[in-house]
Amino acid sequence: MEPILHTDNLTIRFGGHTAVDRVNFQMPEKHLKAIIGPNGAGKTTFFNLISGELKPTAGDVYFKGQSLAQKSAIERTRMGLGRSFQITNVFPNLTVLENVRLAVQSKEKIRYQLFRHFKSYKAITEKAEELLALVLLDNKRDALTTMLSHGEKRKLEIAMLLALDTEILLLDEPTAGMSLEEVPTILEVIRTIKQQGDKTILLIEHKMDMILDLSDSIMVLFNGQLLADGSPEEIMNNDTVQHAYLGGLYDEHLTDIK
Amino acid sequence: MKLKISLRHIAFFLLFAIFVLLPFVNDSRTLLILLTQIFIFGILAMSYDILLGYTGIVSFGHAMFFGIGAYTTAVMLKQMDNTLFIFVLSILIGMLFAGFVSFLVGLLTLRLKSHFFAMLTLAFSGLFLVLAEKWRSVTYGNDGFTFRAPDVFRDRMTFYFFVFTSLVVIFLALYRFVNSPTGRILIAVRENEQRTKSLGFNTLHYKVIASVVAGIVASFAGSLYAVSLRFVNTSVMTMDITLDALLMTIIGGVGTLVGPLLGAAVIEYAQHALSGMARDYPIFERWIIFFGILYILAVIFFPKGIIGSLRLLIWKWRGKVKNKKTQVALPQEKERFE
Repeated sequence: MEPILHTDNLTIRFGGHTAVDRVNFQMPEKHLKAIIGPNGAGKTTFFNLISGELKPTAGDVYFKGQSLAQKSAIERTRMGLGRSFQITNVFPNLTVLENVRLAVQSKEKIRYQLFRHFKSYKAITEKAEELLALVLLDNKRDALTTMLSHGEKRKLEIAMLLALDTEILLLDEPTAGMSLEEVPTILEVIRTIKQQGDKTILLIEHKMDMILDLSDSIMVLFNGQLLADGSPEEIMNNDTVQHAYLGGLYDEHLTDIK
Repeated sequence: MKLKISLRHIAFFLLFAIFVLLPFVNDSRTLLILLTQIFIFGILAMSYDILLGYTGIVSFGHAMFFGIGAYTTAVMLKQMDNTLFIFVLSILIGMLFAGFVSFLVGLLTLRLKSHFFAMLTLAFSGLFLVLAEKWRSVTYGNDGFTFRAPDVFRDRMTFYFFVFTSLVVIFLALYRFVNSPTGRILIAVRENEQRTKSLGFNTLHYKVIASVVAGIVASFAGSLYAVSLRFVNTSVMTMDITLDALLMTIIGGVGTLVGPLLGAAVIEYAQHALSGMARDYPIFERWIIFFGILYILAVIFFPKGIIGSLRLLIWKWRGKVKNKKTQVALPQEKERFE
């Protein structure tokens, strides 16, 4: 099957430091792949290269076989590459609903409509409400975003990303900084999206149990290089990966799987 | 559709009625001129609010558009004829030219970070100021020139109603504009430009749209201003005009549209009153000092401007706002609480 997304020797250097080093990876359609690797392995940089936030020093990203070299981040979003940010990045002084509504508005391509009242677009507001219900935030729709807890903001991020309705979702540590009680809801949300079956998801995560639970495949980045890419079982049994990253964690989780 | 009549509608209607009836009750020339002045600067301040309050752009060159309008109208009335037709034509040409200039300047400068943008707008407006000074054959240099207003406006009352009607129409149009889907994106740009980009909106386009709209409206205000004085000189292009607009917007309340109108009223009236007191107390000849004090007090006690602070007070009273943080909240957003 033709991969929906692949990279060809993707490389970026910052001065002497090579943050992402000749990565070749392929992403089958409607697949959930997790990216793991120690801090500083280049995971987020890799995301930034795919989403267009950064330009590669060498190599290229291909979406449905088409080179993205000349595409800006905005164009990539419009083509179908949506991403969430590791650092919560929402509109703090707008209501929760308005945050999502703006994202839906972008998806519906209502960009230069100067004379109609925004509330007259009922379908957009309804869609936004629907998405808020999906991420279990519907009871907060009129709250100002700045008053949400960290976990709720992360959920809002996901709702905004879903609003864009892109084929590929790039989720950068959706549970980062969350309290333990909040993690399961995010897990549930991602599982729901996966079960709906029309999205390709690329996920950066540190929580191994969550990754093993959700992913179809796992790729491991280490010092900017692609160390391994395969099914969860393959990765867990891969010696190099164990040495490089999983270390002591490995045993514990292997027993979990068994 | 059900028509909901709120307190706000009643207040607007009352204000509207007052300003329509006032000239018939009290036909003092000074009052009419002062109110006309307030309305004109109200229009200018609203246009500035589109930039500062809604899109979060700080421009130091807004006077340039005001000046373009003022000079276009003045020059055309002087050089061609002082008919109503020429007046209307000059307004349209001024707006067109201001829109074109703000489009070009915006396209060139709005890519920059805010403070660089602010400096560049200052430079561009300096350019127009120099043009107005040096193109003597048309502008008569620094001293400017007088001209005859269209005959219909010889009656101050007619001009008053013309300006007032313009104000109401522009207010309604801008109100619709900021509540349009595009207007919502402007607010998003102000709140978090990078995030707006990642939603797939080309933020540069929106900033240019905001600056073109603001430029066109400011030019219109400039045209009215020139006719109200029957005189124009380079002072319409100076930083003072921009600062006035900035102060009116901040004192009245940024991002509210009504605020700048109130700000214009406060500042124009204060200017009028303070300079009037100078006859009895020479110290008030330096009314600008008191102005500084007024400004400082306003910023300390009304950080969100008069309208912003009042709104917050009302919401607190109704128990809708608990957290101090929400002070920065958007009025439009807050309405949903109601």
